[in-house]
Amino acid sequence: MAAIASASSAPRLPLAAHPAFRILEHDLLVFRRRWHSYLLSGLTQPFLYLVSMGIGLGLYVNRSGGLPGGVPYLNYIAPALLVTQAMMAAAFESAWPIMSKINWEKTYLAALNTPIGATNLLAGDLMWIAFRAVLISVMFFAVILAFGAVSSPLAVLAVPVALLTALSFAAPIMAFTATQKTDQAFNMLFRFGITPLFLFSGTFFPIEKLPLFMQPLAWITPLYHGVALARGLSLGQVDAVGDLVHVAVLGAFAVAGVLAARITFRRRLEV
Amino acid sequence: MPEIPPTQDSVIHARGLTKCFGAMTAVDGVDFDVAPGEAFGFLGPNGAGKTSTMRMIGAVSPVSAGTLTVFGLDPARQGARIRARLGVVPQADTLDNELTVMENLLIYGRYFGLPWNESRRRAKELLEFVQLTDRSNDQVEPLSGGMKRRLVIARALINEPALLLLDEPTTGLDPQARHLLWDRLYRLKQRGVTLCLTTHYMDEAEQLCDRLVVMDKAKIVAEGSPRQLIEQYVTREVLELRFNRDEGEVGGIAADDSAHIDHQLDGLAERIEQLPDRLLVYTADGDATAAAAFERGLRPASILVRRSTLEDVFLRLTGRSLVE
Amino acid sequence: MLALRLSPPLALTRPTRLVARNLLVYRRGWMVVVSGFFEPLFYLFSMGFGVGSLIGAVALENGSTVPYAVFVAPALLASSAMNGAIYETSNNFFYKLKYAKLYDAVIATPMSLSDVARGEILWALMRGALYVIGFLAVVGVLGLGGLGLISSPLGILAFPAAMVVGFGFAGAGMAATTFVRKWQDFDIMQLAIMPMFLFSGTFYPISAYPPALQIFVQCTPLYRGVHLIRALTTGTPDVWIAVDVLYLITMGLIGLWIVGKRLNKLLLS
Repeated sequence: MAAIASASSAPRLPLAAHPAFRILEHDLLVFRRRWHSYLLSGLTQPFLYLVSMGIGLGLYVNRSGGLPGGVPYLNYIAPALLVTQAMMAAAFESAWPIMSKINWEKTYLAALNTPIGATNLLAGDLMWIAFRAVLISVMFFAVILAFGAVSSPLAVLAVPVALLTALSFAAPIMAFTATQKTDQAFNMLFRFGITPLFLFSGTFFPIEKLPLFMQPLAWITPLYHGVALARGLSLGQVDAVGDLVHVAVLGAFAVAGVLAARITFRRRLEV
Repeated sequence: MPEIPPTQDSVIHARGLTKCFGAMTAVDGVDFDVAPGEAFGFLGPNGAGKTSTMRMIGAVSPVSAGTLTVFGLDPARQGARIRARLGVVPQADTLDNELTVMENLLIYGRYFGLPWNESRRRAKELLEFVQLTDRSNDQVEPLSGGMKRRLVIARALINEPALLLLDEPTTGLDPQARHLLWDRLYRLKQRGVTLCLTTHYMDEAEQLCDRLVVMDKAKIVAEGSPRQLIEQYVTREVLELRFNRDEGEVGGIAADDSAHIDHQLDGLAERIEQLPDRLLVYTADGDATAAAAFERGLRPASILVRRSTLEDVFLRLTGRSLVE
Repeated sequence: MLALRLSPPLALTRPTRLVARNLLVYRRGWMVVVSGFFEPLFYLFSMGFGVGSLIGAVALENGSTVPYAVFVAPALLASSAMNGAIYETSNNFFYKLKYAKLYDAVIATPMSLSDVARGEILWALMRGALYVIGFLAVVGVLGLGGLGLISSPLGILAFPAAMVVGFGFAGAGMAATTFVRKWQDFDIMQLAIMPMFLFSGTFYPISAYPPALQIFVQCTPLYRGVHLIRALTTGTPDVWIAVDVLYLITMGLIGLWIVGKRLNKLLLS
């Protein structure tokens, strides 16, 4: 009974004893079963994309001098793809797996019968998604390094930028997931949200090449800011004001997402 | 009515407890108390409000109106402290299919703040208790329904709870699995764990509960021990009569026949219930009533004399069968 | 083969009953199906016009140069035919096979397992046809607007060609799915699909590769599909398009044959 007493007496807990870490722990235990497949896809995907797009397609882009300042296409898209991959994983993880925990396997409901509360679930799974984003970014960065596709030591900052971008997607999508009864809307979200962002947020070509009316659309999407920030740092083109704006936009999406998710999680799970 | 135990000793204390979902009232002002060490049941059909009541007791669903204390604590303010001392067996299994049997328990122990090694020690003991030791490193998904249920019970016990909440614990299980489960619950009760369960099975309520409330349409319609309820609301025995009927007849007995049969049974029974396929004749002595009816010329196709059950109590109280 | 033992009319009508069942199911989720039409278009605009603006012209195999969008459009059509076929015959087929136990119920009727296989492939192709028509329609409209992406009347054959690509991958994908045991196994399938998507001369000519690699890529199915459709839309057909068609149809038929064998093993034993 001693352990139960310690769980029920709230004060003077060290940070690691916070209930949200129990959820993270759970996710990591599942991760432990699958780390090899994460490792495999985490290394092969960047490799394949960089070879195909960066080097193969890059051959043609570089030949026609398409990019301003003679930046090699590989160096141009590498940090953008890094951020995009982290974003994609975060978007996926905050949709279907969270839906399963709420609605299909209902493991959230099991957790709620313990001292853990709805906001702990949110915090725990956000930490897990952050962990995944960092893992993906670090592996991606390692591949970029192997390709020698960095122009500045600041390039390593693409990892924290990817993390922030991942959270700016994960938190709002988790908030949305908690309002859904089925996964039907996720297909729409990916088809009309995530995929177009991947294609039009300046990942593969500068947004200045977009039709004029679409450019302001790019400015308000978080991915554009993540890509622009990571690319700028990676190419060693630091623009203090612009970069702060990027961070602020990403941060705003993440914070707004967390605040919304706190409400939708409680509304969905504490009824 | 059976006396309600004094409040300060109650593990659960509810007065005017109400739960609304929008305009729908799922639980409508119910009063009950559960004493320490007691096995207490909520009996009722689907949609009667049992699960909503259990979720409020489990401090996962806010109370809409009325008062509720669990271990003397307020679920709204001290939910986490209540849940720390509760074991919950929900209707759905809610197991993590990506983890093994053992890992499911380990993680759950961690949710309660147990250190890893303590969690592991208890998990081993509990797997022994629910007879799943040989499956401890297996995946959860291929387990049978009965095994999953036992695993969920083991999971609910990882924090050594003083109160175990079980929502429809044996729904969907085969008879053998049910009996094994009942046996484990009976042992827990002997160890002094307070049990609080919902069921729509009469035999389950009779097997497990010291005391129960019958719920129907969001309200408590009766309260007492299974024996008290039977004594109070029905006779000791029931005579079940079936009649041959013509093709095409929907009910068991045609309308003019029905009046005739009623006349033949007049004065022989305390009460008669007409079900679609048979007639239930409530009487203290089934055999004697059957003989008397036979003397009056009644010729049913089959006769069965049995003891009254909670099913009959429910029929009496609500006019409906429990499992349709 | 099982198919030969059936009288012709039944062999044709029975698979369509499964299609009818799928249509009924998708009536509720039609938005998901219809929206699939947008994905290749998004790629077309992003790669064709966005990246295309960085590249300008690209040389075809016969040496003539075309704008990048003209080069990449047929490849996106082929990839989309592949992806559509794979999507329907992997996740969806696996779900029906393993979880919904749909076919256990179907084979209790006069329908045979090869009816099941052919019905599902027919369904995958119908869904694919929807996307191909949509894609070609948009390309046609762009052509009217002066952004001609199809430079030959042969381009009209891109539709049947895309169906052939879809058939090849539907058969192969379904055959692969019968070997899948759990969802994670699809990761391995993706490990074959993604490199094909990226390296089959989709986004740039394979002349960028060393000769040995070029020969290897030429032996992969998506390359054949891309080659076939590109030859038609750019009006540069060569004898190799006969190989393309033969290759893809053979792949589909072998896939179907494997599916028949595997379903017998999975459902009847």
